[in-house]
Amino acid sequence: MYSMMRKSWWKVLGAVMVCSSVVAGFMGPVPVLPILNETIRNIYFHVPMWFSMITLYLISVIFSIKYLNSGERNHDIMAVEAVNVGILFCFLGLLTGMQWANITWGDPWPNDPKLNGSAIATLMYLAYLVLRNALEEEQKRAKISAVYNIFAFPIMIVLLYILPKLTDSLHPGSGGNSTFSDLDMDNNMRPVFYTAVIGWILTGIWICTLRYRLRLVENNRNKLD
Amino acid sequence: MSFFQQVKTLVSKDVTLEWRSKHAINSILLYIVSTVFVCYQAFKSVDTLVWNALFWIILLFASINAISRSFVQESQYRQLYYYSIVSAKAIILSKIIYNILLMAFLSVIAYLVYSVIFKNPVGDPLLYFIAILLGSVSFATVFTMVSGISSKTGNNSTIMAILSFPVIIPLLIVLIKLSQNALQGLDRAISYGEIGVLLAINVITITISLLLFPYLWRD
Repeated sequence: MYSMMRKSWWKVLGAVMVCSSVVAGFMGPVPVLPILNETIRNIYFHVPMWFSMITLYLISVIFSIKYLNSGERNHDIMAVEAVNVGILFCFLGLLTGMQWANITWGDPWPNDPKLNGSAIATLMYLAYLVLRNALEEEQKRAKISAVYNIFAFPIMIVLLYILPKLTDSLHPGSGGNSTFSDLDMDNNMRPVFYTAVIGWILTGIWICTLRYRLRLVENNRNKLD
Repeated sequence: MSFFQQVKTLVSKDVTLEWRSKHAINSILLYIVSTVFVCYQAFKSVDTLVWNALFWIILLFASINAISRSFVQESQYRQLYYYSIVSAKAIILSKIIYNILLMAFLSVIAYLVYSVIFKNPVGDPLLYFIAILLGSVSFATVFTMVSGISSKTGNNSTIMAILSFPVIIPLLIVLIKLSQNALQGLDRAISYGEIGVLLAINVITITISLLLFPYLWRD
């Protein structure tokens, strides 16, 4: 895992994939559809943000579980940095989504279960950060915030992926709507979309590992010899 | 003592403590009645949608107040003593069961007071009653664990609120939908999905609490 982090091939791969998906996303052919028109290209940017966010939150939960088992400080640092970057991707996802919603649904914040769900999930992780600030002692902070992180994760999954399926939603794939890939995407779009998803996930993990290593350097510098 | 005997003893200990002092439960009851009355003064009469939402909001704040003291009402030394004689899982399970009992009692009282003061428009009282019981179980399971977490931080009440609101919102969405169905007297078969989701979330929450609490109490 840690040797994997220092390898550079997957970082290069992520950067190349993001760049090529940006170029192909703006230049490539897309189907001409009513209402969506050219905004269909936003799928290369909006959806990968959410995939990256959920991947980072998953990494955070895994490292919280690892922390509770091992008590190693590095696992806690990894968990909190994954949450920090995850929140960044969540805001980017909300921004791109609001732009898209403004054009296609006529309102930047329509009353949609997925939108409200992601806003509440953000509150959950902001609460996690506040909880960390409220605890002074380092080990206690790591342990209690790990407990909250693991406790909140399954409820966030219910909120984002199960409840919108039960109610009416504007989003494709929710509330009996057919999914976006059945309805609107054609075979020219699919490769670009998957490239964008994998590229952004790799980039997110890259940012997360960079922040993690920065924290390690800081900690080493603060150490008393 | 076996695990279930430990749980039973702890629950009866909590009930006895509450019964002896009484001031805690009385203050929550008074809190509920006065909140209902404040709402009545503010609204006078409401339509069914607001009736339902207002009831759940009153119940939400009452339950946060009732459950937030789960782990702070007894002194730290006495808690240390409990931890040395019983398992941590027995402690969290007994707290959850006790809070379920407490919340069921409080929410039934709240429902009675609320429907006396505001007119009661419920179409299917049995289903609404089930919704209230499921609601008190959900509040109890989620808030017990969160109050365990927030009791470890110094300034309890704010942390309790910000940690528990995002976690309870999904449950509250389903509960409001279920009780809205009951309020309109819709066919019960429509509501089975919501009841299933609520039960599933509660089972998940209790399981995670049992798994995580042993890590939480050790300082």
